[in-house]
Amino acid sequence: MEWINVILQGVLVGGLYAMFAAGLSLIFGVMRLVNIAHGDLIVLAAYVALVATQTFGIGPLTALIIVVPVMAIIGYALQWFVLNRTLGEDLLPPLLVTFGLSVIIQNGLLTAFTADNVKLQAGGIEVATIRLAEGLYVGVLPLLQFAVAVAVIAGLQFIFYRTAIGRAFRATADDPAVAQLMGLDNRRVFALAMAASLAVVAIAGVFLAVRANFDPSQGPARLIFGFEAVIIGGLGSLWGTLAGGLILGVAQAVGAHLDPGWQILAGHVAFLIVLAARPQGLFAKVHT
Amino acid sequence: MPEALLAVRNLEAFYGDFQALFGVSIEVARAEAVAVIGANGAGKSTLLKSIAGLLRARRDAIAFAGEPIGGMPAYAVAARGIALVPEGRGLFPSLSVEENLLIGGQLGRLGAWTLRRVYELFPVLGQRRKLPSTALSGGQQQMAALGRALMANPQLLLCDEISLGLAPIVVREIYARLPGVRAEGTAIVLVEQDVVQALAAASRVYCLQEGRVALSGAAKDLTREAIAAAYFGV
Repeated sequence: MEWINVILQGVLVGGLYAMFAAGLSLIFGVMRLVNIAHGDLIVLAAYVALVATQTFGIGPLTALIIVVPVMAIIGYALQWFVLNRTLGEDLLPPLLVTFGLSVIIQNGLLTAFTADNVKLQAGGIEVATIRLAEGLYVGVLPLLQFAVAVAVIAGLQFIFYRTAIGRAFRATADDPAVAQLMGLDNRRVFALAMAASLAVVAIAGVFLAVRANFDPSQGPARLIFGFEAVIIGGLGSLWGTLAGGLILGVAQAVGAHLDPGWQILAGHVAFLIVLAARPQGLFAKVHT
Repeated sequence: MPEALLAVRNLEAFYGDFQALFGVSIEVARAEAVAVIGANGAGKSTLLKSIAGLLRARRDAIAFAGEPIGGMPAYAVAARGIALVPEGRGLFPSLSVEENLLIGGQLGRLGAWTLRRVYELFPVLGQRRKLPSTALSGGQQQMAALGRALMANPQLLLCDEISLGLAPIVVREIYARLPGVRAEGTAIVLVEQDVVQALAAASRVYCLQEGRVALSGAAKDLTREAIAAAYFGV
């Protein structure tokens, strides 16, 4: 029973990791861009939520109504004015620019909010639990986060495979030149993709803010977890990203149960095992 | 004399420092089929890519429906009503056959060509609509690429070597559909290495040789000797 509880907690955390990863996976899939600032943007979203809750006196989950559109607009503008200029044959410019962006975001947040830990209060929901079975309890908030993560991935999957804009994303990723022949402006397609990515980042940021303390320096760790989840799951597969997040979460939970100091390490070990055994990831989609 | 739908005047094209076209001028009237023939490297594909906006051109070098379009980005040219069937088909591998056709109609321009009509033109595509586009044979892929361009309901269709790599019987099957396309009022530019097929399908011919127009005229008026001389530059 004890181990079931451990696995369960790992699965629920894994949902959160999958949400960290989903935006990253989307952007790499559409425009082959590795966004080094991804984790910092999650933290930025958390601070936007902080400002929203303080300014309007609303709860963090209600603040999503503000944070999601704000981050989506930031994403569109970031892609349109900055990142579109870095895209080309070379993989290096986007890496360098997003690395610089990461530094700017961290220091900007540090200046605006200081290095103090903060956490958003969601009220009673944070401590509410549901009893699944004898000795098996699950927190309502982690369950909600997991459900939202699955819904977000399902939503992205729907957009990608059942809508016209999703077709545009996939076609532009396949062949940007021929996509132009269809009347698609690559700059706009990429900007919309980044807006979608940061909308997901917004949700991940709010959940991060409610779950634990955060401060401006937490971005890179989120990036690592998101990155590992994407790689474990396999590039090009959103459900694979969910699986990757779950595996990472369970690995960390198992490691933590054996010894609290092993939590993060266990996740990295799982990542390395997958990378060694199946480098393309567990559910990678391969194009011929 | 009715104004030409497409007027290319003294077009030059460069790949870096390499000049591929030297002052090429062609005209295409509404609903007309024009062939552009020439040997490998003559500049035929370069001409189409310049018209389609994939290569930079001087603004006044290309006029479409009276408006200068030279140098416009490809997505803007497509929005004007020009559809290119690229060399090598250029189908999207991540998309199914039907999705490839649907994205051809992305701009939402209404006209004679709908998904149903494309499936009527090429029934084999309808049978394989849910398959990934990579599962089609070469000839079927060419039909899909043509269908995808038609879905944009273009006024001008640019076909870049649609016979390339296909068996003659398949090429004949595809070319047999082109009169149906013209009947809807679409002008066609056929870039071809298969001279016989191009001459049969087009009313006028331009022959390019090393980036210049070496010969032009009505298809029925040109002799084999004249064409061979222009094609090979002898």
